[in-house]
Amino acid sequence: MGDQAQLLPGTLDLLILRAVSLGPLHGYGILLRIGQISDNALLIEQGALYPGLFRLVRQGLLKTKWGTSENNRRAKFYELTTAGRKRLREETDNWNRLATAIGAALSARPEEV
Amino acid sequence: MNLLASLRFRLAALFQRSQMSAEMEEELRSHIQLRADDLERSGLPRAEAERRARLEFGPPQAIKEDCQEAAGGTFIESLLQDLRYAFRVLRKSPAFTVVSVLTLAFAIGANAVVFAALNAVIVRPLNVPRPESLYSIHRIDDNSAGQSYPNYVDLRDRNRSFEDLAAYSFINAGLDTGENLARVWGMATSGNYFDVLGIQPHIGRFFHSSDEHGANSAPYIVLSHSYWHANFHEDPGVVGRTVLLNKHPFTIIGVTPPGFRGTLLFFSGEIFVPMVNLEQLEGVSFLNARGNRSLFMTLGHLKSGVTPAQAAADINSVSKYLESTYPKDYRHLALGLARPGLYGDYMGRPVRAFLSALMLLSALILIAACANLGSLFAARATDRSREVALRLALGAGRLRILRQLFTEAIVIALAGGALGLWGSVLLLDWLSKWQPFSRFPINLPVTPDANVYLVALLLAIASGLLFGAVPVRQVLHTDPYDIVKSGGRLTTASRITLRDVLVVAQIAICAVLVTSSIVAVRGLVRSMHSNFGFEPRNTMLVSMVLGMAGYSGEAIPTVQKRMFDAMQTIPAVTSVGMIDSAPLTMGDVNAALAFKDDTIDLRPANSTATAVMFKVAPGYFHAANTALLSGRDLTWHDDSHSPTVAVVNQEFARRLFGAATNSLDRYFKMRDGTRVKVVGIVEDGKYGNLTEKQKPAMFLALMQSPSADTVLVVRSAVDPQQLAAAIRSKLHDVDPGLPSFIQTWDQALSLPLFPMRVATASLGVLGVIGAMLSITGIFGIAAYSVSKRMKELGIRMALGAQSKEVLQAALGRAFKLLAFGSLAGMVLGLLATKVLAFIVYLATPRDPLVLAGVVVSMALLGLLATWIPAQRALSIDPLNLLREE
Repeated sequence: MGDQAQLLPGTLDLLILRAVSLGPLHGYGILLRIGQISDNALLIEQGALYPGLFRLVRQGLLKTKWGTSENNRRAKFYELTTAGRKRLREETDNWNRLATAIGAALSARPEEV
Repeated sequence: MNLLASLRFRLAALFQRSQMSAEMEEELRSHIQLRADDLERSGLPRAEAERRARLEFGPPQAIKEDCQEAAGGTFIESLLQDLRYAFRVLRKSPAFTVVSVLTLAFAIGANAVVFAALNAVIVRPLNVPRPESLYSIHRIDDNSAGQSYPNYVDLRDRNRSFEDLAAYSFINAGLDTGENLARVWGMATSGNYFDVLGIQPHIGRFFHSSDEHGANSAPYIVLSHSYWHANFHEDPGVVGRTVLLNKHPFTIIGVTPPGFRGTLLFFSGEIFVPMVNLEQLEGVSFLNARGNRSLFMTLGHLKSGVTPAQAAADINSVSKYLESTYPKDYRHLALGLARPGLYGDYMGRPVRAFLSALMLLSALILIAACANLGSLFAARATDRSREVALRLALGAGRLRILRQLFTEAIVIALAGGALGLWGSVLLLDWLSKWQPFSRFPINLPVTPDANVYLVALLLAIASGLLFGAVPVRQVLHTDPYDIVKSGGRLTTASRITLRDVLVVAQIAICAVLVTSSIVAVRGLVRSMHSNFGFEPRNTMLVSMVLGMAGYSGEAIPTVQKRMFDAMQTIPAVTSVGMIDSAPLTMGDVNAALAFKDDTIDLRPANSTATAVMFKVAPGYFHAANTALLSGRDLTWHDDSHSPTVAVVNQEFARRLFGAATNSLDRYFKMRDGTRVKVVGIVEDGKYGNLTEKQKPAMFLALMQSPSADTVLVVRSAVDPQQLAAAIRSKLHDVDPGLPSFIQTWDQALSLPLFPMRVATASLGVLGVIGAMLSITGIFGIAAYSVSKRMKELGIRMALGAQSKEVLQAALGRAFKLLAFGSLAGMVLGLLATKVLAFIVYLATPRDPLVLAGVVVSMALLGLLATWIPAQRALSIDPLNLLREE
């Protein structure tokens, strides 16, 4: 697990939104999905996920509904609201811009300065 | 999220709390199960898988709390938690709780009462529509608002600034309903009075300008709602009834609405009659007497857009016109606008000054109480430093601990505030119903309103935050490891601590209060025993208005003489006098212009003095015990057939003739040209009120200038109360139908003494509260310093220290603070009492007795407060103490 990256502050919300955007998921499912889409490069403490989920529900970006998991356990499923979808788009754009900019800055060579 | 939505969310979260919390648990459990399923699938046994899953998940309680916080229910929840904790802690130290709640209750109660008075008198205007544009016209030099009727009519018709002008004066008449004859106080008003104010009748109708057709043309009565309620039991049938007012038939036409109390704050008339009928009631014609300023006040609403300054300029130009047109009867003196409720600045200024001073003092009390509680809280925080340190060590946030302390402070503050407000509402209700004088419809309408409740609540919260903030620094600087290690005493490094400053401030404030109340009480006592120019003790005053029984003209002197003689026949009566209005009983005295004998042009501007004018029968000076310095008393022969004579006071003689000595048998002139010969000189006295400057006074012969107002002065060797029955029966023999009012002169003095008594009583109460606060404050610091230094004192004693040294070590600081605070407070208090001189006659701080009184009181308070701690310090048994450790 040593080569897993630390999560930047503020990025957990974005990851949750992204994970849920592919279809309704329960909490544990979200963790798995984040692991899957990031090639297990990002580490999220299991307990730390839930306050984030509740915050997003409170902000009206996620809605919840109880259902049954694939192995027949009762679980709470999260999915995006319209506001959540919009927020995901904005945050993704922001992130891409920021990432491009930082990437450019870090890869700049002396002669290009 | 906006505030409202956020609040709604939080409340909803609170109510769904248990449901949410169950759901949350289920969700977290389900997560662990799902994780365990995965782990099991990878080959772990089920039990091991579940254990691992729980471990990976983290501490469930903390996560649940984080979730609750994220979901938004936590603020109110932790508030409830804090409250529960605060109640538990406070219940554990009942003495502390009771003392702090009571301290605050007194402080906030005092503030609520004073603010309610301020609110009623200054903030809350008269209960009439559009009070903000209602002004009365006052003379600038002496604030008087009196006008003659013709001048009022000219002012009303010639000004361009007022919508309309109304006028009123007072009447005291006998109202005969056919069933009983009662004295009533009322307002004689201009016909437009109710229309100017914009008041609508409760039932019936009001009179209007259109009802006035010259003298005695409008015999109508409007009853005030409270009089209607009290005497007619709200019977709507009274409208249209004819009653006798001073034996003249008047018709009751309407009742005022319940909230209307007239246009003078402290005086609510029982009836209203048109001014044009005053002649009939009082037997004096004034409708055409331009020189007779018998109207009490003129008032009206400014037209919209007119400023008070513009209106004043306008009114003054009318006044100048009047002077140029009627030079013999009118002298222009600058006029200004003022608020009618307290008779402009005349009552307004001292009342405002006094109430503001009182408000300041009670604010000081509250600050002192906060200082007191602040140091108590700081001491408690120190004693609880172990608890605080433990909680910090266990991971509680400092903010959370502070919030806890503040919750305790606010709980105490709100409890104290509620208790104080409750007490003050009781007191205010009683005050509002209180009629200090049986003779006049005077009362203090100080019922609390929403403003008062709001202020009390705000004060409570503010003071809670204030004294709750005192230990903040201490908590923020607590180092848990140090305290847990060292066994729990916070030591303050600085030599002068915040608590010392608080205690000094509080003692200073209390000393201010104690000083001002001693000054006030001393002033009151001194003025009760000062020389009024007469001797009120052992004297009965019998007041009558002969017009009430229908007497007028020649009948008046005849019946007066009969009553006078009847009084002489009562055994135990030593002397009898008669005067139109006894000095220092009405608050208002008749005045007349006096001219030098050689003045030809008797216009007001040429007068030498405005003198207080009394009309007395022979024997008055003897009965009143007023010293006749030279010349003779009036006699029964000084009647309409002999030259007009007067007895004057020394001040009058000085003003008119330069010196009292050569004034006998000299003449002065009245405004109507009558030459009056001075036949006697009496000592100076007080006539209208106690704080007045020495006024010149003339005493005319009652037989030469008759008056229907009559006061019999009956002096006896025995307690005058015993005479009341005899007086009443003798008067009944003379005329059974004449209403009279009998009281001792001492009782009658309560009117001029009233402001002083109120001032002294309120300052006395504040002083007592202040003294209590300083006792608890000093006690607090002394007891605390003793308990903190037990060990040290024990060691000192073990090493052979004497009691004196122990006491010095234990209480020296408390005493130093006490001395310092008292000194500061005394200096401030002496400065503050300058305000008092407005109200309390002879209130001067430059009085050795006052200074001594303050020093002794503060020292006594200090002794009282340190007694128990001192006993405790002296009873330390070093052996026991050392063994304990």
